[in-house]
Amino acid sequence: MSDQLETASHPEKLRRVAIDPVSRVEGHGKVTLLLDENNHVRQARLHIVEFRGFEKFVQGRPYWEVPVMVQRLCGICPVSHHIAASKAMDLIVGAKQLTPTAEKIRRLMHYGQILQSHALHFFHLCSPDLLFGFDSDISRRNIAGVAEKYPDTARKGVLLRKFGQEVIRHTAGKRIHGTGSVPGGVNKSLTMAERNELRQDIDQIIDWSHDAVQLVKELHSQNPALYDSFGIFRANMMSLVGDNGVHDLYHGSLRGRDADGSILFDGVDYQNYGVLLEEEVKSWSYMKFPYLKSLGNKQGWYRVGPLSRVQNCDTMPTPLAEHERREFVAYGGNLPLHAPLAYHWTRMIELLSAAETIKELLHDDDITGNELMAGGERAREGVGVIEAPRGTLIHHYRVDDNDLVTMCNLIVSTTHNNQAMNEAVRQVARRYLNGREVSEGLLNHIEVAIRAFDPCLSCATHALGKMPLEVELLDATGHTLSALARSADGGFCTPD
Amino acid sequence: MSSFTLDGQTVTFDAGQTIMQAALAAGIYIPRLCYHPDLKPHGSCKLCTVKVNGRQASSCTYQAQDGLVVESNTSELNDERRALLQMLFVEGNHFCPSCEASGNCQLQATAYELQMMTPHYDHFYPDRPLDASHPDYLLDFNRCILCSLCIRASRDVDGKNVFALSGRGINTHLIVNAASGQLADTGFSGDDKAAHVCPVGVILKKRSGFRVPIGKRSYDIRSIGDLAEPGES
Ligand code: SF4
Ligand code: FES
Repeated sequence: MSDQLETASHPEKLRRVAIDPVSRVEGHGKVTLLLDENNHVRQARLHIVEFRGFEKFVQGRPYWEVPVMVQRLCGICPVSHHIAASKAMDLIVGAKQLTPTAEKIRRLMHYGQILQSHALHFFHLCSPDLLFGFDSDISRRNIAGVAEKYPDTARKGVLLRKFGQEVIRHTAGKRIHGTGSVPGGVNKSLTMAERNELRQDIDQIIDWSHDAVQLVKELHSQNPALYDSFGIFRANMMSLVGDNGVHDLYHGSLRGRDADGSILFDGVDYQNYGVLLEEEVKSWSYMKFPYLKSLGNKQGWYRVGPLSRVQNCDTMPTPLAEHERREFVAYGGNLPLHAPLAYHWTRMIELLSAAETIKELLHDDDITGNELMAGGERAREGVGVIEAPRGTLIHHYRVDDNDLVTMCNLIVSTTHNNQAMNEAVRQVARRYLNGREVSEGLLNHIEVAIRAFDPCLSCATHALGKMPLEVELLDATGHTLSALARSADGGFCTPD
Repeated sequence: MSSFTLDGQTVTFDAGQTIMQAALAAGIYIPRLCYHPDLKPHGSCKLCTVKVNGRQASSCTYQAQDGLVVESNTSELNDERRALLQMLFVEGNHFCPSCEASGNCQLQATAYELQMMTPHYDHFYPDRPLDASHPDYLLDFNRCILCSLCIRASRDVDGKNVFALSGRGINTHLIVNAASGQLADTGFSGDDKAAHVCPVGVILKKRSGFRVPIGKRSYDIRSIGDLAEPGES
C-alpha cells in the first residue's frame, strides 16, 4: 500500500522537505519528504549514508588484526564488531569450540555491551521524547531536561551505562576499542579483584534494570493509543536463537517468523546466511535492502533487533526477564506486536536479561580461568554472527594461505532494518504530516519513529544529542524555497 | 674517572663510550629510535640530538669526553624532536588503534613521552603493500621508519644481509634481499636478531597479534623514559 509513497509518479512537480541529519541517531541520515502544492506527502524516503569502506580496508590485512580494526565501524557498539569478527576468525584458526573461559568472557563482554548500549539508547536518546512528548519544548527534550525533571531516572540511566562500560573494560582491556577477543579465544580472563568489583554492584544493576522495564510499561499504559499504533506496520522478523529457542545474543542459529508469528525458518546455520538472504540495491539509497530469498524482495523484508528477538525466542534465559517477556506477549494477546514504540519495551526486557546474565557469569568460576585459547585445523572462510544491540550482525571473511584477508562482507543490524525503517517513516508521514504545515514537532515524529529502531546510520561516532537538524523546503529543480536549522543547543536559525 | 654534565647532572663514563651509552648507564633517558645497545650506532633518526658545548650532535654517535656540557631535556630540543616524530607519523601509515605493536611500539611510546598531541603535518598516505610470503613472519612496510636496525642486525649479528634500504631521499624504502623481493625467498628466520629489533610494527610474528592484553604491554607498565634499555619486541 505504502509502495505508492516510495516513488511518486511526478516528482518534478513536488516540493522537497529534508530532515538532515536525523538528530540523536548515531550517524548521518536524511529524510526527504516530497510535498505537493498542498503539503500532501507524495514521497517519503529515508536516505542512509552507510560507511562500507571497511570491507575494502580489511582486504590485504592479516586476519588477527581484523577484530580490532573493524571495531572502528562504530563508536557506540564497537564490541559487537569486535566479537562478530572474532567469531568468524575462530573458524579460520579452526577453533570450532572455544575454551569455557574464553566463551564466557566473550559473553560477559557482549552482555556488558548490550547493557551499556540499551541504557544509552533508552535513557539518553529516547527517554526525552517519551517522557516529555514528541511535540514538547525542544530545548528541554534531552538528557539534561530529564535530569532536571526526573533526576532519579536520569541517574540510573547514567549508572547502568557506566556499569556496562566497566564490564567491557575488565574483559576487553578498555571501555571502548579494547582488544580482549582474539581469533580462537580471549587474551585475558577476570582477576578475582575485577570479578569482585563487578559482583558488588550487580544486584543494584538488576534492580534498576527491572525499574526500567516498569517505566516503559507505565509509559505504554498511560497512552496505549499512541504506543500501540504510532508508525505501526507489519513485518517479518529474524534473529539468532539459542538452543531450545532460548533468547541468546552471543550464539545460536537463525530463526524467522512472519508477521503473524508463524515460523518461516528455524535452526538455520548462519554459515549459510547467503542461502537465506539476498541484498537488493536501490538507486536512491547507498544502503542495501536485504530480504529473504524465499519470499522475494517485495514480501521478504524483515525486522531485526529487540522487538524481533524477544518475540522470536521461546523463552528468556533468566527468570525476571522471562516474567517480563510473558507479560509482553500477553499484552499482545499472543500475537506479535509490531508497533515501533514497542521496541523500547523489548529493549528494556533485554536490558534486564543482560543484567541477570552478567550476574550468572560473575558467579561462574570459569570466568577467572586460565585456559584462554583454542585452535584446530585451519580454514579459509568463516562467518561470525551475533545479535548486536540493534540486531543481527553478520561478518563474513575469506583468508588466504599467507594469512591475509581476501574478502569481507558485512551486514550490519541497521541494514537489515533498512526497509522496515522506511516503512515506519512512510507510515508516520502519512499519519502526521499529510495536509499540514511542516513544523519541527511534526518532523520530530518522523525522527521518533526512526530512533525507535536505534539505527547506527553510518556507524560513525557522534556527540550524542548534538546533531543539528536542518529542514529544507526545495522545489523540484532543487531551488530552496525556505530552510530552517536547529542547532545543537536547540535554537533555531536560518542557514545561509 | 672522566665525566661530563648532562642537563647539569654529572655523568661518568668509560673510555670509548658515547654520550648515549654513558647516559643509559646512568639511567638517564635520551629519546632515540635508531639506537640499540647491541648494534653499532647509525645516527640517522636524529631523535637523540643533544647540544654538546652549545652545538647540536647525535648523542648515539658522539664520543663522551671529559668536561663536556651536554643539554638534552630542553624545550628547544624537545620541540625539534616532536617535529621529527610528527614527520615520521605522516610519512608512513601509523594507525595505532588497530596496530598490534601498539603498547610495545617505540615510536608511539616516544610520542607519548614527548607529548606529541597531533600529527601537525598533512599525511602522505603512502601505498605500501604487505609482504606476507614468509610462513611465520609478516612485513608491514606501512610502519617502517627506516631506522635500519633490522639491516644492521641481519648484517652484523646474523651475517645474512636480509634487509637493505633502496631509493633516495623521500623515496627511500626498505627492501629484502631476494630476486623475487619476497621475505620467503631470503634466509630470514624467526631466530634471527633481525626478527626482534624493529622498534615499530613492521617485522611481526604471524598469528600472535593482540595476545597480550591491554595493561600488560611494555609501555602500559612503564613509560619509555623509565626504561633503562629500549624495549625489545
Ligand atoms: S623494518 Fe623496523 S627495524 Fe627495519 S628499518 Fe623499518 S622500522 Fe627499522
Ligand atoms: S638514536 Fe641517535 S640518531 Fe637515532
